[in-house]
Amino acid sequence: MKAILLLASATLLGVASGVGVFTFGYARGASYLTNDPAACANCHIMQSHYDDWRHSSHRSVAACNDCHTPPGLVPKYATKASNGFWHSFAFTTGRFHEPLRIKPRNREVTERACRKCHAAIVEAIEPVVQHRPEDATPCTRCHATVGHMR
Amino acid sequence: MNDPSSDPAKTLRRRRLWTMAGLVFAAVTAVTAGVTAMLVSIFERKQEARNPFHRVVELTDDTVDPAVWGSNFPLQYDGYRRTVDQVRTRYGGSEAVPRTPSDADPRSVVAQSRLEEDPRLRRMWAGYAFSVDFREERGHAYMLADQEFTQRQNVARQPGTCLHCHASVYVAYRKAGGGDLIKGFEKLNQLPYFEARKHVTHPVACIDCHDPKTMQLRVTRPGFIEGIRALKASQGISDYDVNTMATRQEMRAFVCGQCHVEYYFRGPEKRLTYPWFKGLKGDEILAYYEETGFKDWSHAVTGAPVLKAQHPEFEMWSEGIHARSGVSCADCHMPYERVGAMKISNHHVRSPVLNLNNACQTCHKWPEEELRTRVETIQSRTHEMRDVAMNALLALIDDIERAQASGVAGEKLDEARRFQRKAQFLLDFIEAENSMGFHAPQEAARILVKSVDFSRQGQAALR
Repeated sequence: MKAILLLASATLLGVASGVGVFTFGYARGASYLTNDPAACANCHIMQSHYDDWRHSSHRSVAACNDCHTPPGLVPKYATKASNGFWHSFAFTTGRFHEPLRIKPRNREVTERACRKCHAAIVEAIEPVVQHRPEDATPCTRCHATVGHMR
Repeated sequence: MNDPSSDPAKTLRRRRLWTMAGLVFAAVTAVTAGVTAMLVSIFERKQEARNPFHRVVELTDDTVDPAVWGSNFPLQYDGYRRTVDQVRTRYGGSEAVPRTPSDADPRSVVAQSRLEEDPRLRRMWAGYAFSVDFREERGHAYMLADQEFTQRQNVARQPGTCLHCHASVYVAYRKAGGGDLIKGFEKLNQLPYFEARKHVTHPVACIDCHDPKTMQLRVTRPGFIEGIRALKASQGISDYDVNTMATRQEMRAFVCGQCHVEYYFRGPEKRLTYPWFKGLKGDEILAYYEETGFKDWSHAVTGAPVLKAQHPEFEMWSEGIHARSGVSCADCHMPYERVGAMKISNHHVRSPVLNLNNACQTCHKWPEEELRTRVETIQSRTHEMRDVAMNALLALIDDIERAQASGVAGEKLDEARRFQRKAQFLLDFIEAENSMGFHAPQEAARILVKSVDFSRQGQAALR
C-alpha cells in the first residue's frame, strides 16, 4: 500500500516537474538568469520598452538589470524571482493595468540605481535636511524618459 | 479485539498519511494547472507574434471596400466599424436623436441640432445654408450619409468638391482622371454634388490613408498634397512632397489633416484649396482671404462679405503643446492598444476623453478624473470666451442692421461690415474647431480676443 502511494506521488510529481521543465525551456526561462536585455523582451509586452531603450541615452551605460534590479547577488535574484513570479501570474491571468505602471518597490530599486551612478550630482542638489524619505523628489519625476519612453 | 483496523494509533497514522497525500495532490495539481495555463498563454502569445496578420485576400490600389481590407486586418476593421458609436462628451460628441425616415432622408437617427442648442448661430450664418441645418458631427461611419441628406442640400447647390472629404475618393479620382489623381479631382470638383456622388460608395476607407501593399501611411487627398506644399513653400521649402518627405510620426497627423482643416472652393472651377499660403494660424488664414477678397456669401442681415470657417483641427493642433512635443493626432485619437501579443492603433477614432486611459495616461500619470477635469477646465474657459465673442458679434450685427435702417453713411457701414467679416471668421474658427480650445488653449484665446476686438471696432466705426 505504502509502495503504491509512493509510486503514485512520484508519478504525479514527475508529471508536474515535466510540465514545469518543459515550460521553463519553452519560455526561455534560462535567459532570465542572464543580464541580456533581449531576455526582457521575450515577453512581447516589453518589446516597445526594449526598442526605446536601444535608442535611449542610457543604452551604452546601463542595461535593464542595472536599473531594475538592486546590486548584490542575493537581492538581485530575489528581485528577479519575485518579479518573475508576479509578472507570470499577471500575464497568465490577464489582470494588469494598461498602460503598465511600475510598482512602488520596483520604483525604489530604480531610484536607488539613479542615485548610485549619479551620486555626485545628487549630493550636490539634494536638500540637506529631509524630514521624511518620501519628501525626496524622485529622479524620474522629471527624467521620466531617460531609460525608455513610458 | 485484535482487529488491526481498530488499533487507534495505526488508524491515526493512516489517516495522517492520506491527508498528507491529499494535500500533496492538491498542491501539485494547483501548481501544474498554473504552469500549464502559463504554458498555453505563452504558446498563444508566441503564435500571435509570429504572424501580425494573415493575408487572406490580395489588396490592390483599387480595393476601396473596407470589408475586403478587414478580412486581412480584422482587429483594425472592428475598430473602424465602431465609429458608428454616438457618445457625448461635455462639449462635443454626438447624441443619437431619433427621427422618422422619409423618402428624401432615410436616416432614422441623426445628431442633435447645434442651431437649436445655440440659436445665435442662425443669426451669425444668416443667408447661408448652415443657418438651415447644422448638427453635431457624428463618427466617420456617417460622413457620407450625413452630407448627402443634410437640409443644406435643399437650399444650396453643392459642388462635387464636397465629396473630397465625405467619401473615399482616391480610387474614384484616379478612375475619373484616367489614372491621374489630380485630373480626376479637378473633374469631380466641377460636377454637381449628386452627379459626383454616383462615383463614390464608401465613407473614408482604409485606402485613403494606407498603402495597400505595405500598409504604410500615405496622403491621397489632393487638397492636402497641394495645401501642405503651399505651406512649406511659405516656410522656404520648395516642391514639398508629403509622401516622400514627411516622417512617419508627421504622417500620423498628416493623414488626418487631409480633411480636418479649414478650406475654401477657389474660382469657378471650385478647386478645393487649403488657405495655408501665409501660415496655419486663424489670423494668417484670414490675412490670405483678405488679400484674395474671397467670400463665402453675403450676410443676409448686413450684406457683409463673410466667410465660413470649417473644422480647423489640424491647424489648431499645430499651435498647441502636443504638436510641439511631437504628439500626433493618432497618438490620442487612435491610441495604441494591446490585443494579445500585438500592439495596434485603435481604429475606433473618437474623442480621447472617452478613452482617457489609453489616450492620456500613457504619458500623463494622473487619475482619469484629474485628467478629465483638466480637459474640461480648458474647454469651459474657451466656451465662455466663445460666448463673449459671439455676443459681441451679434451686437455688431444688430448695430449694422439698425444703422442701415436709420441711413448711416455708406462708407461707415462698409467699414463696419469689413470688421464683421473679420470678427465672424475668427470666432467661427474656434467655434467650428472640434476641441473647444483644447488643441491649443492660448491660441484659441488669442484668436477669440481678436474677434471681440474686431466686433467692438466695428461698432465703434458706426458712431
